[in-house]
This record gives sequence, structure tokens and C-alpha cells, in this order.
Amino acid sequence: MEKSLLFQALIFLSAAVLLVPLAKKWGLGSVLGYLIAGIVIGPALFGFIGDNTHDIMHFAEFGVVMMLFVIGLELEPSLLWRMRKAILGMGGVQVMVTGLFIALVTMQFDFSWQESVAIGFTLALSSTAIVLQTLQEKGLMKTSAGQSAFSVLLFQDIAVIPMLALFPLLATLPVAVDPEAHSTNLIENLSAWVQTAIVIAAIVSVILAGRYIIPPIFRLVASSRIRELFTAVALLVVIAISVLMSLVGLSPALGTFLAGVVLANSEYRHELESDIEPFKGLLLGLFFIAVGASIDFNLLVEKPVLILGIVAGLIALKSAVLWVIGKVFKLKTDQNMLFAVSLSQMGEFGFVLFTFSNKNGILDQGTVDVLIAVTAISMALAPIMFLIHEKFVQPRIGTKMVVEEKEHDHIDESNPVIVAGFGHFGNTVGRFLKAHGVGTTFLDIDSDRVDLLRKMGFKVYYGDASRHDLLKAAGAEKAKLIIVALDSPEKRMEIVEVVKKHFPNLRILARATNRVDAYDLMNAGILNIYRETLDASLRMGVDAMHFLGFRKYAAKRAARTFFEYDEKNLKYLSSLKLNSSEYISTAKKYIEELESLIQSDLHNESLHGADEGWSEEGLIKEFGSPKTEKKD
Amino acid sequence: MRSRILVLFAHPAFEKSRVHRELVKKIKQLTGITFHDLYEEYPELEINVAKEQNLLLEHDIIVFQHPFYWYSAPAMIKQWMDLVLEHGWAYGKNGNALQGKQLLSVISAGGPREVYAATGRNRYTIQEFLRPFEQTALLCKMNYLPPFVIHGTHKMELHEMKQAALQYEGLLLAFHHGLLSQEELSRVDYLNDLNPIPEALKD
Repeated sequence: MEKSLLFQALIFLSAAVLLVPLAKKWGLGSVLGYLIAGIVIGPALFGFIGDNTHDIMHFAEFGVVMMLFVIGLELEPSLLWRMRKAILGMGGVQVMVTGLFIALVTMQFDFSWQESVAIGFTLALSSTAIVLQTLQEKGLMKTSAGQSAFSVLLFQDIAVIPMLALFPLLATLPVAVDPEAHSTNLIENLSAWVQTAIVIAAIVSVILAGRYIIPPIFRLVASSRIRELFTAVALLVVIAISVLMSLVGLSPALGTFLAGVVLANSEYRHELESDIEPFKGLLLGLFFIAVGASIDFNLLVEKPVLILGIVAGLIALKSAVLWVIGKVFKLKTDQNMLFAVSLSQMGEFGFVLFTFSNKNGILDQGTVDVLIAVTAISMALAPIMFLIHEKFVQPRIGTKMVVEEKEHDHIDESNPVIVAGFGHFGNTVGRFLKAHGVGTTFLDIDSDRVDLLRKMGFKVYYGDASRHDLLKAAGAEKAKLIIVALDSPEKRMEIVEVVKKHFPNLRILARATNRVDAYDLMNAGILNIYRETLDASLRMGVDAMHFLGFRKYAAKRAARTFFEYDEKNLKYLSSLKLNSSEYISTAKKYIEELESLIQSDLHNESLHGADEGWSEEGLIKEFGSPKTEKKD
Repeated sequence: MRSRILVLFAHPAFEKSRVHRELVKKIKQLTGITFHDLYEEYPELEINVAKEQNLLLEHDIIVFQHPFYWYSAPAMIKQWMDLVLEHGWAYGKNGNALQGKQLLSVISAGGPREVYAATGRNRYTIQEFLRPFEQTALLCKMNYLPPFVIHGTHKMELHEMKQAALQYEGLLLAFHHGLLSQEELSRVDYLNDLNPIPEALKD
């Protein structure tokens, strides 16, 4: 079979396009979808790819570099500075303790201490790519567990640099001389302090460039108004920094992360983000596919007990260490659980470091093969671990916390209103009700937010409001209303279904993101639906008309007509299949009707419909002069 | 033939009104009476004209029940009149929809009856202040009834309000059953006087 570049692209893209949406649909997440796609097209099943997965992986690792750049863009320097304790403290302890523990265990299996140290510290690392991608996809990056995991990953990325520098000292086997092996690093033959100086100079130059050189270049390119040129510059920045970092022996991911942080304050931040995003996504996908394809199933079949035993042992050990660290750093139980689960796998740096150790005479080929298999399998298991945590572990902790708090604080919870979700939407509704002395119970899934709100005196429960036992604990049996104000439409729908089933007496007021969302809620039998942007956009429309010279009252009444008409049509349109030809033609008809209605209201001499009473036309006709009757 | 009564109730702060709470409590559930709370129905004064006109067509006696604000009704009633009583429908050459119906004002006023007189502080009687309503009824070919007025609400005791409410209930029931003759009605200034509350009950 000829394996041209296009043919390979065809294989990779089709596998991704077919399997990733399916995986997402089944709630497995995109990372697992890519991994499965990799396994399917890899040597284990169809064998479309095989001999070159490591090359592909190496290429695709650039996706990780881009991801860190994008993450850097979202992290302002001040925020990073505030995280320094977590990065150095949590990250440092995690790498040192986990590394030493694994090394100690390894030594029990007849490995020399040098080998054990190399294995221990390499296995202590976790997968930045999988963890961050999964956390972002699940919207957990901003939770304290997400932030902690990110801090540790950042430290790990930094820790790889000294590892690469120090591992050669651990060599016990004869080194196979490979003149090309380190050709990218220009400075390794210089003396230590010169090396240090050059490394520092490189970092400083990245920071200075990010502040003083890159923004003017962007400005220049932006003024040329050639869209693809901007993308080219964005890519150039990332690639140039990667090359520079490789030249001085630093991690490219770290370098671009730094550049990202520096650029986080620049006005081109969002532009950069959206330009890099698709490349990052595709390369990361490619990376995950390569990981999936590189799982050596032959080795797994040969030594299943050994490999799976090591995987299980390592995951257990790593999460145990993480758990203790989380406790020391005072993470809440639920957050700590997520933290421990999220970083329990091995990372992509394992592939690099094991190959490196092999070449530098620290580890023999047989050991390296087994460890790489272990690393790949643990990475493939990571999304599954997340899934298990989300579906089975987290719900239990959530309930426990609520029951505890209920016993402590409020023995009989009998507020008439329950607000599910205390984001910006639920927040406004909640404060409004509270201001009018309406007893309100709030439910929210973000434990940090819950903590804050409790300090501010709100009666907030931590937990997933789509769980019927939690709703019961919050007093759903006695309450009159539930306000479903969460951000996620899927979650809102879940709550609606649960309330309909278990608390039929509770009246539901549901937030809707848009029309489609409103249709779904309507079809679920919800009467009170609030499209979150409708009122504000109409108010804005009224002001826009006012600035154009329309009378405010007329504009406001037109908005009212628009609103009522739109709500009425929504009801009818919800019964039609979305985007069917009937739907489109009906929607079109409605829009035309509405336009002509408002047009005639605003522009015609005569008033129509609701405004007939203010019209003088009939009077003028009947009496000849408007001054004779009541309308003068 | 029983008369159907439509009570168009307008109070922007109903939750704070003691007297209207008692009045509404008494008449809300009566058979033959449609109680229509305008501020509840149209919190933004956006009146559904078609709906209001249909309601009018379905009833024989139309009651405006409201507090007496600045010698007139709250803004809602004016808005309602402006929009619902359309030319060509309610009045004018072809506007005969309301022909023959009765219009009644039920009013609460803070001051006592004696200040609404040529010699009193307000210089005019309630009937004089109600001329725009009277003339509106006339223009719409309706019969304007003497008002039902609850005076002195500022200093009223709860039991007095309850008595007024009973009186109001009795009045509406009498209308519903057709017990009041035109001659009887034209004899009084206030409908309250048809069946006055005995002085003995007032304390």
C-alpha cells in the first residue's frame, strides 16, 4: 500500500471525523474518541499506520506546545504570580515524592538505583495534553482542582529540563554514539555558567520580544488587512520560540507558554487565540491518535499481567500521593478527588525521556518497551478514569457533603424557591428575590463559589442539581418554584426531567440559551421559558431606534409587539421539526408578518391594532374636524 | 334574565390597600361576576384591546372599581378608556357595541363625604368630578349609574370596611338578579344610599 502524505491524512482525518463525534455523543469526550480512532487505525486493528507512529507523535507534540501557548494567553502574569506557591509547592512535592516512591518500589525488582531514579522520575510526570484538554472540555479548568492540576503540570514541564540534563549522569550501560542525537542543542558543549547565562538570556529575550517586538509586528500585519498573514505571524511566533528554546535546550512548550503569558495583556490576545486554536486542536487530535496507535498490543498480549499490574500499581501510587498533597494544600474532598484522579496517568514526556534514557545507556531496550507500553495504556485509561470519577465517584461525595451541611445548618429547609445554578443568570434572579425577602435556596456545582456565597450569607448548597436526592435535601418537596438557571443547556434539561418526574408540584422557570434550546424546553412541557438575551437585545434595539430619532414610547411599544409576537411564534415553531422546509417557510412568514405589522405601526399615518384608540382618522372622517370631539 | 357584571379593577398598589382587599374578597367569587384585575393583567399598561372588547360584549354591567386619585382614576383606567373604547366600535356613527349597557364607578376616597361639596375643602361633589365618566358613558350610548363611594378610608376601622364590603356585595347581587328599578336608581346620589348601613352598626 502506498502511504503518501495525502493518503495518511485521509486515514487520520476520516478516523477522527467518524469516531470523535460518536465518542462525544456517548459522553466519552473527544480525547477518548481520538485514542480509540488511533487504536482502530493502528497496528492492533486495521494497521493503516504503524511503523511511523513515533514520528507522527513527535510532530504532533507540537500541538502540546500550541496548547500551552493558548493557555498562557488566558493567564495574565499577575495570576501566574499568584499561583507560584501552588506551582512550586504542589508541583515540586508531587514530582519529588512520586519520583522517589516509584524509584524505591522499582529497586525492589532488581533494578540498580540509577535505573530506578530514571524510571521513577519519568513515571512521576502526567499528561499535560490529556489532562488539560479533558479539564477544558468538561469546564473544570477554573475549579480549584483544575487550577491545582494545572500548577502541577506546569512544574512537571519545567522539571523535564533538569531531567534531560541530569539523566546522562545515571548511565551504567555503554552509550551508543549517535552524532545526530543532540544536534539541535547548540550550547551543551559550553561551560555550565555560560549555558546558564544563555538560558536566562533566551528567557528574557522571549519576555522582551513578547512585550516590545511582537505587538508592533502584529499591528503592522493587522493594518495590511490580509487575514491569512495574521495566522502566519501567529504560527511564526510559536514556531520561532519553539526553535529558540530547543536551541538552548529548554522545553518549547514552556517557552511558548511564557510568550503566551506575556501576550495575555495585549490587544491581539483573542485574535491570536482563535488563529492558533484550530492548529492546536488538530495537532492535539493527531497526537492522541498517535498515542492510541502506538499502544503495543502484542506486548500486552505477551505480558498482560506484568503490564496491567504496573499500570494499576502506578495509578494507585500516583493518586495516593496526589491525594495526600491535596489534603496538605487544603483542597475540599470533592476537588481533591478530582485532582488525584486527573493526574494519575503517565505523560507524553515519558516517550521522550524513556527513548532518551535508552540512547544514553541508562535503560535497556526491553525495559523501555514495557514502560512505553505502560505509559501509553495509562494515557488511554485517563479519559476513562475521568468518566468513572464523574459518573460514580463525584455524585457520592456531593451528596455526602450536602447531608452533612444540612444536619449542621438547616434542619428544616422550607424555602419557597430553589435556584439551580448561581452563575451570572441565577445570581441576578437570586439577588432580586433575596432583596424582596423571598426565601431562596441556591444549588451550585462549583465548591469555591459555594464557599464564597456562604461567606456572603447566601444559603447555598454544593452539588449537582439534577440529582433528585439533592433536590429533596434542598426542600423540593415543599418549595413552590424551581428556577433552572445553570449555564449548560444539557444540564438544565436533566434537571427539568428530574423535577417533572419526582416533584410534579414544583413549578419550573427555565433559562434558555436560544430558540433551539427554548424549543427543547417547550417540547419537554415547560411553560415558563426565559431566553437569556431576548430582553436585553430588545432593550438595546429600543435605544438604537431612539438614537435614530424614533419616539421612545413608540419604539418601546414596537419592542413589546415584537416580543409578544416572537414568543407566540416560538410556541408554534416549537411543534415543527427544526429546519424542516415547513419550519423555514413558517418562520419566514412570521418574520414578514411581524415586519409589516411594526412598519405600519411606526410609519403610517393611521394607527393599527392595539393603537386604534389613539387614532383620529375615523373621527376626522365622521366629523370633518378633529377638534369637535374627545380627541382634541 | 340575569345581568352579567364585569368588574374592571384598577389599583397600582393593591397589596397595600386595606379597603379594596375587603371589597375584592367579597365579590371575587360571586356567580355572574367577572373580576378583572387590570394591573395584574397588564403590568406594563400594554392593554390587549381585542380581549377587553370581547369581555365588554359578554357583560351587561361594567364596573370601574378603583381608588380616587387626583379626583379621577389611576392611569390604568384612562389608558384602558383611550385604547379600548375605539371610535367606530364604542362610539361614533357605527359604534354601537356598548349600547344599552350600564356603567358604574365604585370608588374609595380618603376624605369624608362632606369635604366633597361646594362648601367643602374639595369644592365639588364626587358626581361632578366623575363627569368625564358620565359623558363617556353617554357618548358610548350607555347608562351611567350613580357611583358607589366609600368615603373616609384614611380613618376607617376594619369592621367598617367589612360592612362596606358587605354592602357592595349586596349591591352587585341585586344588580345580577335585576332587583333594582331604574326609578329607584335615579332617586339616590350614591348607590350606598339605597341600602344604607344602619348607624347602630357603625361603631
